[in-house]
Amino acid sequence: MPLNPPLSLGPGLLGLGSSALMPHAFPSAGHVVPFLTHPRVPALHLDSGTVLFSPNAICQYFFLLAGEEPNDLTNQWLEWEATELQPAVSRALYCHLVQGKKGGEVLGAIRKTLTYIDQSLTSKATPYLAGEAESVADIVLWATLFPVLRDESCLPDELQALRSWFQTMNLSEPCRSAAVSVLTPKGAQAFKVYLQKQPGPILHWEKPAANEPEEEELAERSLSEEEIAAAAEAWARGPAALPERWQPPSPVLPVEGRRNVLITSALPYVNNVPHLGNIIGCVLSADVFARYCRLRNWNTLYVCGTDEYGTATETKALEEGLTPQQICDKYNAIHVQIYRWFDISFDYFGRTTTTQQTTIAQDIFQRLLARNMLLTDTVDQLRCERCQRFLADRFVEGTCPFCNYEEARGDQCDKCGKLINAVELKKPQCKVCKDSPVVKSSQHLFLDLPQLEERLEKWLEQSWATGNWTANSRFITRSWIRDGLKPRCITRDLKWGTPVPLDGFRDKVFYVWFDAPIGYLSITANYTDQWERWWKNPQQVQLYNFMAKDNVPFHSVIFPCTLLGAEDNYTLVNHLVATEYLNYEDGKFSKSRGVGVFGDMAQDTGIPADIWRFYLLFLRPEGQDSAFSWTDLMLKNNSELLNNLGNFVNRAGMFVCKFFGGRVPPMELGADDKRLLAHVTLELRQYNQLLEKIRIRDALRCILSISRYGNQYIQVNEPWKRIKGHDADRTRAGTVTGVAVNIAALISVMLQPYMPGISATIQRQLCVPQACNVLTDTFLCLLPPGHQIGTVTPLFQKLENEQIEALRKQFGGGQVQAARVASADVTPPGPGGGAVLAGDPQKVKELAEEVAKQADHVRQLKASKAEKGQIDGEVAKLLELKKQLALAEGKTPELPAPKGKRK
Amino acid sequence: ETRPSSSSFPGRVVSNYGSCGGARAGGADFVREAPRAEEREQVRCPGGAEVLQTNNGPSLRGLTTIATHLVKQAKKEQLLGSTAEEKAIVQQWLEYRVTQIAGHSNEEDIRIILKDLNLYLEDKVYLARNNLTLADILMYYGLHHIIAELTVQEKEKYLNVSRWFNHIQHYPGIRQHLSNIVFMKNRLYTNPH
Repeated sequence: MPLNPPLSLGPGLLGLGSSALMPHAFPSAGHVVPFLTHPRVPALHLDSGTVLFSPNAICQYFFLLAGEEPNDLTNQWLEWEATELQPAVSRALYCHLVQGKKGGEVLGAIRKTLTYIDQSLTSKATPYLAGEAESVADIVLWATLFPVLRDESCLPDELQALRSWFQTMNLSEPCRSAAVSVLTPKGAQAFKVYLQKQPGPILHWEKPAANEPEEEELAERSLSEEEIAAAAEAWARGPAALPERWQPPSPVLPVEGRRNVLITSALPYVNNVPHLGNIIGCVLSADVFARYCRLRNWNTLYVCGTDEYGTATETKALEEGLTPQQICDKYNAIHVQIYRWFDISFDYFGRTTTTQQTTIAQDIFQRLLARNMLLTDTVDQLRCERCQRFLADRFVEGTCPFCNYEEARGDQCDKCGKLINAVELKKPQCKVCKDSPVVKSSQHLFLDLPQLEERLEKWLEQSWATGNWTANSRFITRSWIRDGLKPRCITRDLKWGTPVPLDGFRDKVFYVWFDAPIGYLSITANYTDQWERWWKNPQQVQLYNFMAKDNVPFHSVIFPCTLLGAEDNYTLVNHLVATEYLNYEDGKFSKSRGVGVFGDMAQDTGIPADIWRFYLLFLRPEGQDSAFSWTDLMLKNNSELLNNLGNFVNRAGMFVCKFFGGRVPPMELGADDKRLLAHVTLELRQYNQLLEKIRIRDALRCILSISRYGNQYIQVNEPWKRIKGHDADRTRAGTVTGVAVNIAALISVMLQPYMPGISATIQRQLCVPQACNVLTDTFLCLLPPGHQIGTVTPLFQKLENEQIEALRKQFGGGQVQAARVASADVTPPGPGGGAVLAGDPQKVKELAEEVAKQADHVRQLKASKAEKGQIDGEVAKLLELKKQLALAEGKTPELPAPKGKRK
Repeated sequence: ETRPSSSSFPGRVVSNYGSCGGARAGGADFVREAPRAEEREQVRCPGGAEVLQTNNGPSLRGLTTIATHLVKQAKKEQLLGSTAEEKAIVQQWLEYRVTQIAGHSNEEDIRIILKDLNLYLEDKVYLARNNLTLADILMYYGLHHIIAELTVQEKEKYLNVSRWFNHIQHYPGIRQHLSNIVFMKNRLYTNPH
């Protein structure tokens, strides 16, 4: 090969296709090419003084030197690379490195160009792009693709020709050495700095609304004869080919030789009623994955529970005149009820206020102490002598030291936006009693993170290489570590928490972020006394943590450091799955403004839990923020569920009932049927691949694609007409009906993680045996000819515009204005149920006035330091009024927001 | 989903001059003027991209690919450069032509293109130093609508580009139906900026 001499010229070549992307061949600041305004690297400076700045031209030059002239084909490839492939790859890299997107979306940017290469290779049937031998075209295209693809494994299976070409190129010595010298060890990250300086590429293919990332149409993928034959062969094996369902004994414990999956969802804080964003962020996402794992026969344990210790609970208890434990009991029950309604399949839902929590947290603490992982330091804090406690930042108000705004919060000034250290506030006030707090010094314990940093990095490197961490979780973790780890305080001057078992600190408790993740362990310990088989068993257990992105550092840095420092062979997270944020309509969910839908209200809308699950999962903020929209909810229900999925399943079942007496007819598969089986199989595999990578939202679309294939199939074959025809037509009607009802059965299994209720309904209607609830990579004929099905009824109901408009108004927050007038420092109503009535404007107005009046009255009483009994009586009246107002407005009386965010 | 738009295909650059005419003005016609092989070749531009259907081979796509092919057919290989270095330079500017001088460049892009070319041409007669090549020809077609819009002052500011452009447009057979752009011989503005 005349190739070697040119390629051995070194790293400059790797930039080739990625032209301007070459990061460090030249210092980035300097103008490498004297006559170009924008720096371009790599550049080749020849003795004659000529500077070549186009990587393709440089490559071409080397080939010319080696005696290889370009031809039409190589020219065409080079031009195509420069005009089509290069921009697409830049988009993909930008989207991956700068915007932190993953796999599918990144590949989406280059899918068409990849398909083009694949088709060229296939149609010419040559091993290389321009013929039998390697040419400049192969080098140039390989180099462009390498940073995004790295190895052929991330290429879709159907692009076989491209895969094998890319693999050949990867293995060739010159390419290998170029890749090693240029890209490793940072990989494509090397391009990041460059890309960050670029304006975002115009992503034609990316719609601004995050809810519709993909085209909802069936792209006809080309199927090979082998794929079609394999699908038909698998189908024919029937239900006997299904593996036996694994039903673990209770309690679920790791089993040697099985895939043991431990799933946790971030522990919701007890005194917050979770909103839809909280639900999709952790418990629901983890639930889908847990259900999927069980369908795959993986030995799965899913635990969660309420996080109950901390200041906010103490305050809440004061407000409601209950003990902290009573508060926790009360709200834990609310959480349990909400998750039950959403059909979350916890193996165990516990809480952190247990003796197991104390035992395990104190044990970890003692181990850290014994290993010198803790430091002591003095901290200045504000203390309210009247309330007898140290004040968390959000319980202090005062005058801003920067701009003299009088209502600055303890952590930040709302006026000038500057961050404030609470002890620097002028005229600080306790928010609860309005007394002036004093500055007190207090000794605290710190986890020595700098000492653990090296171990952390080593572990992270390994976990990232082998696990599925979402891009945002990697990004957030990296930025934390990059800024350098500092010792982190793990104690607090509070009562409501796990006591610190050390002299001199016995009046303190563990800080909630030291304590809360230990909850995963203690909750498991409350589930089984053999909890250590899950939590001290990294060899056998794969741990998945689900959370929203704001929780990432605690799970990726602080908690792992705690466990690493305690040195007890703990199971550390293998897969950290963090969602972005879900917004409400055009803004944020806001408890205090009454904006958004909260867990306890979803059931009052009359929309079934499975529809909520479907819609939340359909717009799961995977890779980017998304927004809940009532109109969109209606559209998706009516189009995807009612018209697509529901319509297909219902028609398939109805045909069996109406035309074949409720028994699955005999099937004689022709070429078209087999082709359909192959398409369904491809979708099923895609679904499995996506869910294994916890791409929950994308996998849902595979199910919808299958039912779209099904609808198309029925539409084209018209069994309702053929059934009235001659024998051949009737046989054909039977085949189509039989295949369709079997697709419906497959859908019922695939849908189970997303819509367990609907899945069960389909299985009941079609009499799908329980043994079928196992997922493999093959589509088997689960309902053989002669199988008797039950009564088929519609699965979904249409959502009407008026209904949706009413709900939008109800949850829009606009009408909460009147109620807000009085939302001062009074005891809030509990999260009562209450019938939802249509609002009578006159009545609402009157009540709002009464509420405002009564609130003023209460305030005056308090200001004049009236007797407690009297105040309480008036407060009760106020509460009753507010409740009436809320009902009159047609909304559920709500909990007030705890001020500020916890966690 | 990626939608590599046909608009990013090079032919668009000159398609201001009419749908398929763009490809012609973009260079294919120029080489057609020259004696060529007795084959019937067709340039089509479906969806904005030029495709050349040759008689004895697969169709070719892309402005510079087609132009290069026609240059060879016309036995005018010197237009592609004679040494390896010159060939690489031609290749480079052809690529620059189809990637940088896109039909929808904004004002800022145009300013940078002119500034860079002006600097590059400071000590050169042609893009590939001392010989006229395909790079000059296609660059001329690509820049024509831009240069036509320049004010007298701007033409003076990009003096080297103006000199080069004026030179190319007077080359026999190049300008075809494109308008002749007038350049002042005397400098009107003493201050270079």
